[in-house]
Amino acid sequence: MNPNFIDPRSLPGPEDIFRQILPNRIVLLTRSNFNSSSVVVSGYVAAGSQLDPLDKLGLAHFTALALMRGTARSDFQSLYDRLESAGASLGFGASVHTTSFSGRALAEDLPLLFATLSECLSQPVFPPEQVSRLRAQLLTGLAIRAQSTRDMAALEFDSLLFPDHPYGRPEDGYIETINNLTRDDLVAFHQQYYAPAGMKLVVVGAVSADQVFELAEKNFSSWVTDNANQQQSLKAVKPPLTSITRKVIIPGKSQADLVMGTLGPKRKDPEYLAASLGNSILGQFGLMGRVGDTVREKAGLAYYASTSLNAWIESGSWEVSAGINPGNVEKAAALITEELRRFTTEPVTQEELEDNQNNYIGRMPLSLESNSGVANSILNLERFDLGLDYLQRYPALVRAVTREDILGAARKFIDPDKLIIVSAGPDGKVNGKP
Amino acid sequence: MKETITQVALENGLKVLLKEIHTAPIISQWLWYRVGSRFEKPGYTGISHWVEHMQFKGTPNFPAGLLDKAISRDGGYWNAFTYLDWTTYFETTPADKIDLALSLEADRMVNSVFDENEVNAERTVVISEREGNENEPLFLLDEAVQSSAFDKHPYKNEVIGSIADLQNITRDDLYAFYRDHYNPGNAVLALAGDFDSERMLEKVRRIYQALQGHSVPEPGNPREELLQREKKIEIHGPGETTYLQIAWRAPAAADDVFFAFTIADSLLTGPASLNMFGGGGISNKTSRLYQRLVEKEYAISVNGSLQATHDPFLYAITITVNPKHQPEEILALLDNELDALRQAPVKQAEIDRAAKQARALFAYGSENITNQAFWLGYSEMFDDYSWFTRYTSRLAEVTPEILVDTVRKYLNREQRVVGIYYPDGVRP
Repeated sequence: MNPNFIDPRSLPGPEDIFRQILPNRIVLLTRSNFNSSSVVVSGYVAAGSQLDPLDKLGLAHFTALALMRGTARSDFQSLYDRLESAGASLGFGASVHTTSFSGRALAEDLPLLFATLSECLSQPVFPPEQVSRLRAQLLTGLAIRAQSTRDMAALEFDSLLFPDHPYGRPEDGYIETINNLTRDDLVAFHQQYYAPAGMKLVVVGAVSADQVFELAEKNFSSWVTDNANQQQSLKAVKPPLTSITRKVIIPGKSQADLVMGTLGPKRKDPEYLAASLGNSILGQFGLMGRVGDTVREKAGLAYYASTSLNAWIESGSWEVSAGINPGNVEKAAALITEELRRFTTEPVTQEELEDNQNNYIGRMPLSLESNSGVANSILNLERFDLGLDYLQRYPALVRAVTREDILGAARKFIDPDKLIIVSAGPDGKVNGKP
Repeated sequence: MKETITQVALENGLKVLLKEIHTAPIISQWLWYRVGSRFEKPGYTGISHWVEHMQFKGTPNFPAGLLDKAISRDGGYWNAFTYLDWTTYFETTPADKIDLALSLEADRMVNSVFDENEVNAERTVVISEREGNENEPLFLLDEAVQSSAFDKHPYKNEVIGSIADLQNITRDDLYAFYRDHYNPGNAVLALAGDFDSERMLEKVRRIYQALQGHSVPEPGNPREELLQREKKIEIHGPGETTYLQIAWRAPAAADDVFFAFTIADSLLTGPASLNMFGGGGISNKTSRLYQRLVEKEYAISVNGSLQATHDPFLYAITITVNPKHQPEEILALLDNELDALRQAPVKQAEIDRAAKQARALFAYGSENITNQAFWLGYSEMFDDYSWFTRYTSRLAEVTPEILVDTVRKYLNREQRVVGIYYPDGVRP
């Protein structure tokens, strides 16, 4: 076994990630990379879909997408002309806890990117004709979603795993709720929840920390609102009491998508890293781990069959996904359930543990080679309050996980007899195919 | 783009390209074969892609299961892709772990087993991959348009192959195809990253010198030039959304006019990226067709697709139709926009803008060593590496006159396929 030694000093850490807080409480983080000629900007404000009223699901998402449709200073046309002419990009999107943004530009165009970000966040005007245009686009997006076996399986899975909870509701809403939303709703949502307090802004690329701080002060310090962070702790979620199997029928499709699983840890739970390594063994490592080996390699039932651990702020999910011929869904679900049973009754082997520890540590330089990779990592350090030295401590944390830790995490979260099992696809046979 | 790379042809025909990049302790290796759907005979569609799948099933030295663990254990990642003109395999690993990737690619170039049972298990996996594609209306529309746009050339077939052929292809067919196309004489090995070129070349020589190489003859496909008339096709399927796709013959990538075509695509539907890994794209909201179709609420989205290919392939514009409008209305507006491009001279500033966008996209993609290694070998499959290094300067050389000539020659009404996907129930 090779201990794949990585010098922690080569990883981003307190020595080269610079953090500053503006007087209006925006948190800035930056790391220079003069090997590239571009910059990446990413971050978020604390206005997520958890703030959507139930009859207005999709409000945070709609508001986020409408930010670039016109501001007090620029209309849609000039805003995009400025960005696209420079080969730059900027986009917004909402998740449960935050509205996030990301953009990139050649380093010389960072002032342009900052100015555009600032005016979209603080001075959007939501022009009525643009809101109506965007609504038509969102509605078509939802019509396409209704035809996606993968999306519909995931949507139903989330709603069953997180009943009456923001994690169980779609950020992009439903056709009825998007139709319900008015321009006034967007204006009010922006006024009430968008604020510099709670905003994080990360910049990585060919720019010095001093330049970033100076530009940020110039572009963002005048943004002042009375809004405090109004996001509340969400209600606690409970694991399923029994197995629930659901089938979403989408006529005319060739393949079914299967999503099954249960709750997983929060990102800050002590079991998180053990669960993450366990998940890698279960359905990621090599060609999709044990689940991929059983469902794809040995049984030949699927093109893809893998697992994912989604650890969020207040809870998480542990999921298995597969694309399956409609006639084989039950067979695949049974094979997966048996893999989960093995995973919760026997410790993983020492070899599996070491392989995955080596993989986690060895791949760090790969995930940190691009500006966007570094920016995402830094944003997560801040989002989950992990500390600026987390990446440097990470190899040791990974090495410290034991087989028993993984079994403990598996048992804590997964009960193979209490799973949510959802498939979405055609009803019965398609086109005479089995 | 100024850069130093090492290019060497070994005696057995293997072409080697090396580029040192010392920004991170990472190396990416790509092994390219000149084989893809362009080389497939009727009745054997999808065989190149299926062979690619079988290359993950092991050799006597690297049995299945051991192979994927070996790469992942070191923190590396790997995958493979099959396309019209090529099949490629890559590994990106920590720099001190590249020897394993070098050995295993050379090994599976000639020693893959193609076990009968594995072939049969993989048959259902590949069929499942195709069924997943069939769930997407745009796959069905692409397939129908592509098939209608060619007479005999194998570009008419989807790379994944037809279900009928996937059910009939045998283990011996696959193995024979593998033996015919996988050898050093038909391959390009590209490496980029944290190494010393001289030492790396020595390693490559040592590993590959014992392998026999032979060149593979061109498949002798009939070259299909511009379409002779407009074809209209309709397909029907589940859903609520109507899609419109218009496809014209596009020049081969090695043709000078390809670069003018790239600018035309950029003006019409926005800048396209050659980045395969990371880097992202640039939005297309100021492009002519977005402005005319989406901003005027006839369409929900518009995208263009121009592929760099060995033989003339297709340029396709795909439009998601706004439910309040009919595809025929959109087609008429699109024709107006093409007429405008044909008649009124484009400003040099518009061309310069498209060239700057291309430069920015390259800068984003350059951060990623996997991308850099991908670029080294990619253009060898339809031209040579200079195609790539001269890409942005050749875009900048396009003049308004060349651009207009290109649009006039290629993007005509009578030379295209118009395909429409109607959701069931929308039109009888």
